[in-house]
Amino acid sequence: MTIWLLALLLMVGSFGAGLLGALTGLGGGLVIVPMMTLLFHIDLRYAIGASLVSVIATSSGAAAAYVREGYTNVRIGIFLEVATTIGALVGAALAGFIPTSALAVLFGLVLLYTAYRSFRAPDEHPVDLPSDPLAVRLKMNSTYPTAGGMRPYSVQGVKGGFALMFVAGILSALLGIGSGIVKVLAMDRTMKLPFKVSTTTSNFMIGVTAAASAGVYLHRGYIEPVISFPVMLGVLSGALLGARILAGARTLWLRRLFTAVVVVLAVEMLYKGLRGGL
Amino acid sequence: MSSPQFAPQSPDGHDHRVEQIVGRLLQLGVLLAAAVVLIGAIALLVQYGRDIAGFQLFHGENAALTSIKGIITAAFHGDSRGIVQLGLLLLITTPIARVALTLVAFVIQRDRLYVVTTGIVLILLLYGLIWGRA
Repeated sequence: MTIWLLALLLMVGSFGAGLLGALTGLGGGLVIVPMMTLLFHIDLRYAIGASLVSVIATSSGAAAAYVREGYTNVRIGIFLEVATTIGALVGAALAGFIPTSALAVLFGLVLLYTAYRSFRAPDEHPVDLPSDPLAVRLKMNSTYPTAGGMRPYSVQGVKGGFALMFVAGILSALLGIGSGIVKVLAMDRTMKLPFKVSTTTSNFMIGVTAAASAGVYLHRGYIEPVISFPVMLGVLSGALLGARILAGARTLWLRRLFTAVVVVLAVEMLYKGLRGGL
Repeated sequence: MSSPQFAPQSPDGHDHRVEQIVGRLLQLGVLLAAAVVLIGAIALLVQYGRDIAGFQLFHGENAALTSIKGIITAAFHGDSRGIVQLGLLLLITTPIARVALTLVAFVIQRDRLYVVTTGIVLILLLYGLIWGRA
């Protein structure tokens, strides 16, 4: 395959991943690495490098829009970024020692979990329970916009959220993904933030987490320009288009389609990982 | 609706305005990085497009393109792979710049706790990017 053809195919695939990722809210990063390794037989390390770069591009672009809406909680984001960046550096250090077959199995499990979660509606939970005292000391409690004006919320489980964020950072570095699913799990289920605040603050953090390990991988030669440019440009343009048409889109069948793709990729990754074929 | 005990501990208005400016800069950073990558990509395809791609096996990146100094040198010598890599480097520094600007915002607000917290995140990020160790 010539470089022209590889770049073209990667760009088309990444565009589709970015578009579906934005429309379904599940993020495109999750399917980029399996696409590159399973379809194009690209080495896992190059795939992870290219995927991290595309994750930074989409998260940084989208985060700016969310901040304007007033949902993002910058203090919570920065505080939890201590955990995700340490996790990302630990993950990058571990990456050199973990066999790629084990990483493929881990990837398969994360994909399956994502598919499972995507069909469960976010739990409605009260957002005005008495605050975790630690959250008061860390000045995390804030307000968010609702139809009836700005509404206050208080924060629970700060320590648990911090621990889960450490795990999210490790997964992000090991697999080259944004780990948005674990970040939302920490903020929505453990810290009991309003759902919109969880998702937007998570987006705010994803780029920073990915930058921590991408910096390390750049020095290790994981970031290959020939592979990274079609992926970055493809995912970014797909995500930008997705964000534009999101307003009027019927997303239920798209979500089903995307989830089906995720399940197929999960099975393939598990199979390849267990047989040692990746 | 709002009860005093849940009111934010510091006025969020200021916070929010700073964050909007930071958000804009962040978008500009991504667009600039994408433009540099695109220019490099076109040059790269013209130059090497017909070569056979071989990325099934990991051989690491050319040593010149794995350090910040090497990437900048290559890009300013007009090397197409160097230009793409420079764009990717710009992209990686964009969220780091955001953390740096957030640090400035907390300094202006004299929020010592979050100056320290943001400083820790910034040091961790720079450590990874500049020394490349984890």
